[in-house]
Amino acid sequence: MLFRDPDFRYGLKKGVPIALGYAPVAFTFGILAVSGGIPPSLAVLISLTNLTSAGQFAGTKLIIAGAPLFEIALTTLVINIRYLLMSFALSQKLLPNTSMLKRALISFGITDETFALAALEKDDISFSYMVGLICLPYWGWALGTALGAVVFSVLPGLVQNAMGIALYAMFIALIVPGGKKSRAVLAIVAIAVTISSLFTWVPGLKQVSAGWSTIIATLAACLAGAVFFPREEV
Amino acid sequence: MSRILAAVFLMAVVTYIPRALPMTFIKKRLTSRFVRSFLYYVPYAALAAMTFPAILYSTGDLTSALIGMGVALVLAFYEKGLLIVALGAIAAVFFSQILL
Repeated sequence: MLFRDPDFRYGLKKGVPIALGYAPVAFTFGILAVSGGIPPSLAVLISLTNLTSAGQFAGTKLIIAGAPLFEIALTTLVINIRYLLMSFALSQKLLPNTSMLKRALISFGITDETFALAALEKDDISFSYMVGLICLPYWGWALGTALGAVVFSVLPGLVQNAMGIALYAMFIALIVPGGKKSRAVLAIVAIAVTISSLFTWVPGLKQVSAGWSTIIATLAACLAGAVFFPREEV
Repeated sequence: MSRILAAVFLMAVVTYIPRALPMTFIKKRLTSRFVRSFLYYVPYAALAAMTFPAILYSTGDLTSALIGMGVALVLAFYEKGLLIVALGAIAAVFFSQILL
């Protein structure tokens, strides 16, 4: 039984803060979608089927703008290419005897946050751990969207603005403890941040989309890490 | 309506594919120290690249974003956990936008 499985329960517990952190972001998504003319039920359907922040925000903005389907698909794909790297990293962390069907199932729940928590676990991870970890964030994402879609006009703009920082604050909470313990991690973070800043502010480089700049910054920083700070116990 | 449904379907597919391909098909453990070191750093690099400088544009004005980021960094330094860091940053942004 899944509910008796200690791995599942442990994952479920780890998912609680992610779910609560997702709620305000999903809430903002619900507001964005409905204020752009998308029916609340469809906004929730987007959250249930996409379960991703940046990709579905961008895709939904394009739907609202009336962009062609090809452009919507391509933009979303580029933003989501980073999941290739995350999924690859998790493939090395998942117990090797996990079946392909189970792998295909839990890969649906890989998000920046579930990935980070799973990847930062000390030991190998199991299918039931991943199911537990994904469970609450998935419903937090959907419920937050539904709430945002329903009450979108009631909330003052200031609160909406303030909630925009939630995801990034969660990212910071995931990075900083690792950076405190390891100079290598600190160096990798510095390289990644420098490159993404270049792509944001340097003329010419600014044309590169956010999706690609994340991928390039991640690849370059991790390459530098593997060359200059190879890990001992791997 | 059917155009939106088609778009949602396409978005779901192109979101699922990059998530599923490596994890579903790479069952072998790679032994290369280089590759394993590379993958160990992926969460830190990817989250860092996504956070900065995007966080500066996440609240509508630079000052409140900087204050929110500062609060998040301090709370994270003392390892306060995901939720406290997120709520602390939201509160910091909210009050700095009211007061400043």
